[in-house]
Amino acid sequence: MTELWQRYRRNKGAVVGLTVLAFIVVLAGIAPLLFPASPWEMAGAPFQRPFGEFLLGTDMLGRNVLAGIVHGARVSLMVGVVSTFVAVTLGLALGALAGYFGGVIDDALMRFTEFFQTIPSFVFAIVLVAIFRPSIASIVAAIAIVSWPPVARLVRGEFLSLRRREFVQAAVVVGESHLRIILGQILPNALSPVIVMASLMIASAILLESALSFLGLGDPNLMSWGYMIGASRSVMRQAWWMSTFPGIAIFLTVLALNLVGEGLSDAMNPRLARKGRT
Amino acid sequence: MGRLDFVARRLLKSVAILLAIVVMNFLLIRLAPGDPASVIAGEAGAADEKFISQLREQFGLDKPLTTQLAIYVGGVVRFDLGWSYRNQRSVADMVGERLPATLLLTVTAFMLALGVGVGLGVLAATRVGTWADSLVTVAALGFYATPLFWVGLMAILLFSVNLGWVPAFGMQTLGVQMTGAARVLDVAHHLILPALTLAVFFVAIYARLTRASMLEVQDMDFVRTARAKGLAPARILRAHTLRNAILPVITFAGIQAGQLVGGSIVIETVFAWPGIGRLAFEALLQRDYNLLLGVFFLTSVMVIAFNLVTDLVYSLVDPRIEVGS
Repeated sequence: MTELWQRYRRNKGAVVGLTVLAFIVVLAGIAPLLFPASPWEMAGAPFQRPFGEFLLGTDMLGRNVLAGIVHGARVSLMVGVVSTFVAVTLGLALGALAGYFGGVIDDALMRFTEFFQTIPSFVFAIVLVAIFRPSIASIVAAIAIVSWPPVARLVRGEFLSLRRREFVQAAVVVGESHLRIILGQILPNALSPVIVMASLMIASAILLESALSFLGLGDPNLMSWGYMIGASRSVMRQAWWMSTFPGIAIFLTVLALNLVGEGLSDAMNPRLARKGRT
Repeated sequence: MGRLDFVARRLLKSVAILLAIVVMNFLLIRLAPGDPASVIAGEAGAADEKFISQLREQFGLDKPLTTQLAIYVGGVVRFDLGWSYRNQRSVADMVGERLPATLLLTVTAFMLALGVGVGLGVLAATRVGTWADSLVTVAALGFYATPLFWVGLMAILLFSVNLGWVPAFGMQTLGVQMTGAARVLDVAHHLILPALTLAVFFVAIYARLTRASMLEVQDMDFVRTARAKGLAPARILRAHTLRNAILPVITFAGIQAGQLVGGSIVIETVFAWPGIGRLAFEALLQRDYNLLLGVFFLTSVMVIAFNLVTDLVYSLVDPRIEVGS
């Protein structure tokens, strides 16, 4: 663990990313303490410019933009983490089955995966959320459903190569069950690229959620960054700050997650780390 | 494997995927909460009992599910994508008339992204460690983290509202009848901002990918051989390094086709571009599921067609594949 951190620390961008991410997570955590009132409530006069009474100004209904951003961080991070967790679990299960058993199972599962990889994911997510009504559950489910295929392919590849290794053969000879071999022997050795991929997936899930909310497919009860930007469109000419600041929040969060992902990738695969960059 | 074989197999696979999408579309509308007849009645804005039972009969919703599926698939094969009750028009007509605008936007953006992205990637790879290289890397990282719709809004604020260089909305100047060159120029003028916005994200991806791929190929034996033969550096770059380094970029462009189409939905919504993306947004506002599924089907067809094209281009560019011999 300390060795991993030693290697992670060498990547300056990754350290910056981790710091920014930690800051956002803390903000999201203490949002109810910072702004105990609902972010939907009127806080002052409408259309106040930023850096006055309110740091980031107010919107057309007099709601505090900063309060919206801080509360929105909770939604974005939650949707990002939960949908990624579901997608990774799904991808792990299918990829492990395909790679471990091979043959017909592998063929069938890979065709299935290919199908989901071909259909345009964003449009599919829109269709799913629209048909099953926008809610936090349908959004998380839709994002997970369109995000798992790369995980399945990655895990399958890892399992295919690890399956033939001696320690796995030894476990087979000793008579361990398939489930024990999959979970106890192969999975722990296949996990590090999956962790890297997961950190990048949280970032794309947050982008996806913001685009859905922007189109009006957010959970109507939760304040989110995409919703704030979508709502600001009609008054963009009067109130630039309403669309600018939530966008910066998305940008910083996604950038931080991408930097952390690259740092993890460097730290976990030190031999690959220097490839392609000098 | 000859090229014909290759094309035939790819076509077959595409048809299978399309069929699966049609079946899924059918299941989605039936799995949706609420009975399809009342959904349709709701779309038409008249949900009384008589109308609903009439609809049930008209659409064969009283028949077994498999029969319904057969009817549905039969319809799609004849490019009958259903009826939009909100608009009282056939879905196929509606998506059909919006398709050219979307194609214009996505193809322009794609060409732009590929050209600029590969160019920047080559620039960065041939100047590793210089400020140009760092700039490309940082810009790629930044654009990769920015939501497209937000870039679009910021671009409107800056270039339309503040600087007044380009129009912010639509595809043509309203209220003016134009023909010939004037009309082309007008559309091009409107196209600049949406196409650039859509391209920007992909420029970032292609630049990063080209850079990494170039660096890898540069160290390979055949490049060293070419250098040893005394070939001009520009020729090595063009005929040896780039020709091989471009392959992963093409593969990736194929994989990313879905994202390009998805991006165009957001961009069309932001810029009020009258394509199928904007149509999807209108369908969302009206809760017009038939229309939404029609858009989904058409975008899937676009992605599959795009994948086919990239596969063919790949086989043409890859110096290791000898097709048709």
